Amino acid sequence: MRRYIAKRVAHALFIMWLVATTVFFGLRAIPGGPVRTMLGQEATPEARQALREQLGLNQPWYVQYADWMVDLVTLDFGQSITTSETVSAAVGAAAPRTFSIAIVAVVVGLSVAIPAGVLSATRKREPVDYVATVGAFLGLSMPAFFVGILLALIFGVWFNVLPVFGYTPISEGFVPWLESIILPGIAVGLPYGAVVMRMMRSSLLEVLDEQYMKTALAKGVHPRVRLFKHAIQNALIPVVTVAGIQLALVLVGSVTVEIVFGIQGLGRLLVDSMLDRNYPVTQIVILLVAAVLVFTNLAVDLAYTAIDPRIRYGGDEA
Amino acid sequence: MSSETGPGSGFGERRGEFGPGEMPEKYRQPEATEEYQSLGQRLVEGIVNDKLALFGAVVVVLFVLTAAFAPFIAPHGQEERFGFMKEPGENSVGDFDGDGQTETVFHPLGTDSFGHDILSRLIFGARVSLLVALATLAISLTIGTGIGILAGYYGGVVDSLLMRYVDFQWAFPELILGVGIIAISGGLGVTNVVIAIGIAYIDDFARLIRGEILSIREEEYITAARAIGMGDARIMVREMLPNAVAPIIVQATLMIPLAILAEAGLSFLGLGVKPTTPTWGLLLSQGRDFISQAWWISVMPGLAIMVVVLAFNMFGDGLRDAFDISEGEVDER
Repeated sequence: MRRYIAKRVAHALFIMWLVATTVFFGLRAIPGGPVRTMLGQEATPEARQALREQLGLNQPWYVQYADWMVDLVTLDFGQSITTSETVSAAVGAAAPRTFSIAIVAVVVGLSVAIPAGVLSATRKREPVDYVATVGAFLGLSMPAFFVGILLALIFGVWFNVLPVFGYTPISEGFVPWLESIILPGIAVGLPYGAVVMRMMRSSLLEVLDEQYMKTALAKGVHPRVRLFKHAIQNALIPVVTVAGIQLALVLVGSVTVEIVFGIQGLGRLLVDSMLDRNYPVTQIVILLVAAVLVFTNLAVDLAYTAIDPRIRYGGDEA
Repeated sequence: MSSETGPGSGFGERRGEFGPGEMPEKYRQPEATEEYQSLGQRLVEGIVNDKLALFGAVVVVLFVLTAAFAPFIAPHGQEERFGFMKEPGENSVGDFDGDGQTETVFHPLGTDSFGHDILSRLIFGARVSLLVALATLAISLTIGTGIGILAGYYGGVVDSLLMRYVDFQWAFPELILGVGIIAISGGLGVTNVVIAIGIAYIDDFARLIRGEILSIREEEYITAARAIGMGDARIMVREMLPNAVAPIIVQATLMIPLAILAEAGLSFLGLGVKPTTPTWGLLLSQGRDFISQAWWISVMPGLAIMVVVLAFNMFGDGLRDAFDISEGEVDER
């Protein structure tokens, strides 16, 4: 068990190293180099030299590479080019907003998807199943930012019950925070929930067909125990995988939806820094998103062992 | 066939009454032979019998035709301007073709903040969406299938390198990868969007094909091919690839909607095509600022995205079922 965890952690760190290295060389592969793109053609040689020094680009590449790694480990990401803040401050201000949306989205998505998937599998070919399946198809087909626009239109413009612009930090109270974040959360959560629901349904249908379900029926196990203990617990294993993998969908969704709702999160930061060629910020945002995905995936992998005892002492990936 | 040895086939009181192979009328079953159907027939039947898939197929065909013949279908040019922010179903009244007379122009889906006819913009936008989807598909399909075959066939180092790459790419959702690639290639435009999204889906194909090849590798016809001295390349292309084509087709059908969504997402962020190209994502994003005055500017492109993606998903699901059932039949009999 401990060896398994160590192996997974090492793997996650390896992937992070690969991502950081790619970002490092990617930045240097920009045609004309980051300095020219950042300052434009008309910049004086002195200004260029100053920026090169600030970015450490006058050093040989292996020194730069070592510096980059040290900076990453010590979380010292330098200065933003266009504003006077440090990169850490800019990202630190934006990240909680995006992650708030993502967390609400996961809660909304899962709390809709799991019951809907169970209902639709246990009542196969009944109206509930059709409604849930069509709903999931619709959810799969709508990009989060479109759901966001629809929600903003319905709840913000037509009924005017919820704010559709800006973000209220949680320090100003839970309810205002939730009000500012619930619509974006739902917008991101619905497409996510659709994917999870489809997985829940097909996985549960498969389990319900297993021989041990017949055995449980023959033994006279109570229907509720049969459903929850025998069926759902086993059906959840692939669902957890999908729910974990699709966190990428949630993050990407949050990044686009926050723009619909005028929330200055990571997406806004990413787009602005790209358009301003503020590459120190761009690279950290990309790294942060990658890191969140890699480490949540790690967490999902480890959560497996809690759900599925068969994996617990396996040590090897299935 | 099991039906020939049904209950009452020669035992019991009426023993001797029936000859070998005969049975009383009430136990007799129609002979259960399957008429041979070619793959094409099975697919067509599978799609036609599945209402959702049929709906999907029809919409997909309409979408492709619309994209192909956009200039003939669109009621107006994509740059023609009429009255600003007309509601869906409203008319623009004015002199638009410069002949000194007033015309009445009907806008089924309304006009946007520049006075463009939204229906016409959407029809031209379908071109970009389809073009981007097919071009990205071409990239990810060829490269992904290539990697998958090599990894599955040779195993070993090639295989573990591929799997590391797949893990690595997982850390970059297509949108983030797209942003990175557009940063490196330094500019907006259809080509960069295609490259970005195309690269993002290589791993899906690679993983799928690798799995297929791993199971095909153990088949006897591969051993046979090797025994008659076929080269590696020939085995991969002539023996393995044709046998892995069903999952490739299904994956391709299900990837097109993802590519459409990814392009819409990048364009929505303003990082996709140039702002003058009318794509659905961009139209949606441009309408965002007018949501309180003119909801239809962004809702109409959103609905267009939704319907097309929905259709591709339903069609792809139907295809997958049609392919699967043909395999499942073997198990059941």
